[in-house]
Amino acid sequence: MSDHGLSLRLQSASPIALDLEMSCAPGELIAIVGPSGAGKSTTLRAIAGLYQPQQGLVRCAGQTWLDTSTRLALPAHLRRVGLVFQDYALFPHMTALGNLLAAMGHVPSKERVPRALKLLERVHLSGLEERRPAELSGGQQQRVAVARALARDPAVLLLDEPFSAVDRATRRRLQAELATLRQSLAIPMVLVTHDLDEAVALADRMVLMHRGRGLQTAAPAEMLLRPASAEVARLLDLRNVFTGTVISHAADRTLLRWQDQVLEAAPAPGFAIGQLVDWLIGAGGILLHRRGRPSLGERENPVTGCVLALLPLGEEIRVQLDIGDTAGGTLSFTLPRHVVQRNGLQLGEECTVSLLRDSLHVMGRP
Amino acid sequence: MMDWTALGVSLWLGVGTVLLLLPLAIWLGRRLAFSQFAGRGFVEAAVALPLVLPPTVLGFYLLSAFGMGSWLGAGFQALFGRTLAFSFEGLLLASAIANVPFAVQPIQNGFSAIPANLREAAATMGMTPWQIFRRIELPLAWPGIATATVLSFAHTLGEFGVVLMVGGAIPGETRTAAIAIYDRVQAFDDRAAGIMSAVLLVVCLVSLLLVQRLSKRVGRAGPRV
Repeated sequence: MSDHGLSLRLQSASPIALDLEMSCAPGELIAIVGPSGAGKSTTLRAIAGLYQPQQGLVRCAGQTWLDTSTRLALPAHLRRVGLVFQDYALFPHMTALGNLLAAMGHVPSKERVPRALKLLERVHLSGLEERRPAELSGGQQQRVAVARALARDPAVLLLDEPFSAVDRATRRRLQAELATLRQSLAIPMVLVTHDLDEAVALADRMVLMHRGRGLQTAAPAEMLLRPASAEVARLLDLRNVFTGTVISHAADRTLLRWQDQVLEAAPAPGFAIGQLVDWLIGAGGILLHRRGRPSLGERENPVTGCVLALLPLGEEIRVQLDIGDTAGGTLSFTLPRHVVQRNGLQLGEECTVSLLRDSLHVMGRP
Repeated sequence: MMDWTALGVSLWLGVGTVLLLLPLAIWLGRRLAFSQFAGRGFVEAAVALPLVLPPTVLGFYLLSAFGMGSWLGAGFQALFGRTLAFSFEGLLLASAIANVPFAVQPIQNGFSAIPANLREAAATMGMTPWQIFRRIELPLAWPGIATATVLSFAHTLGEFGVVLMVGGAIPGETRTAAIAIYDRVQAFDDRAAGIMSAVLLVVCLVSLLLVQRLSKRVGRAGPRV
């Protein structure tokens, strides 16, 4: 573990179950994602010293903040954290500038105001220094909260759902601002969000939490392509998970039996022959066969099914195929509206697709 | 005629009660608002007790507690050479106790109204618990503290039963304006009673308006930075 970054290990059985290990390098932005109640905010609170887990170790910038094995637990005010709360928690009786100055007790008093003004400028709030929180818009309040978190000169920046309280347009703008701002920050950053798109857009790595447990840590794109388990896939809202048996391994592929068909998957040498596994076909790995004309890659894992549903989603249509999976699984994918029309896809019609081998990902079963 | 001495006693009693009670009420109100502890329900009930107890009952117990038979009364006598009962000091103490609910409850509400995450944010910003209390909690609980001040002061001016039981009516010592008015009415001196009543009415009204204004100014506009 890097000595300058953040590393933590948390374990608690009650009142909130927690079982998580993660680290974050300086300059890295890690997103903790997961459904409500997964323990995301609790994790941030444990880092900040606002929540004490039964067992845990939190180290940051070479300093130990929490070590339950030696009964060390630094109180919150002695940990150098910048925490942006979900509802910002701005002090209503202070101006924007006052909110920042309140976080600058460590700065010589002469330098406080110039530095606070500079920070406000950095988050595009020049001219609004004397406004109170109630006189600022939601987006402006969020910027004050971010600037206030930075005013502390934190060793780690913690963001708890910082974009959830603003409208969509403002959210986009603030996300872009954060993406720019983070480039100049050489500290670990931890973003808690339930919005997967936000995590994918902003984070270097993503930690997926469920019921207090860290299920997988990976780069967002990697996790979406290769989730560690069917549970992870389900939490990431990835459909098209089925069950099969490993038949054999080759250098460039693994063969699976699914129903009465043999499928080629991306190499997964870690699984034993005959082992029951889950497999996932990624969104970009489903290729529609054109009617009456051979298509590219047609021989790669052809699967035929019956159109079960056609759900229009704007300019795209989500197609759901009944492919005769005995566990009741269906295959769904989206196609542009014109492709659906040109190929004459209709409810009850038969339709064949190819499952591209490189997108066919094999996962272990619990 | 107007009994200015009695009015003076009333005002001193009001100011003294507030000064004596406020630090205690801020400590207790804050604890009741923020911390969970065993016996919390009992403490809350005890705080509210003077509201429902007849003043004579409260006065009777206080009088017993102030008497020579109690350690409090005997201790006071040993220290100052006079009795606690029927003295201004005794009256002040009784008045503070009778006013506990009027001071503690608004302050407790004031602290309760502060969102928990503001205190947490302050802690993550490096403020010590004392700094959080001074810079975040006190300013935000100010409306509650101002209300407590107004209520205790005004209620002290109007207190009758407890004052009569504990203090008697010694002129210049324990004879408050409210008691002086009662005395005048007993003596069929309606004119003096009327004048004193009117003066007390104006004093109460003015003090209420004054503190109200003060609480509004500090609560709403406060120091800017």
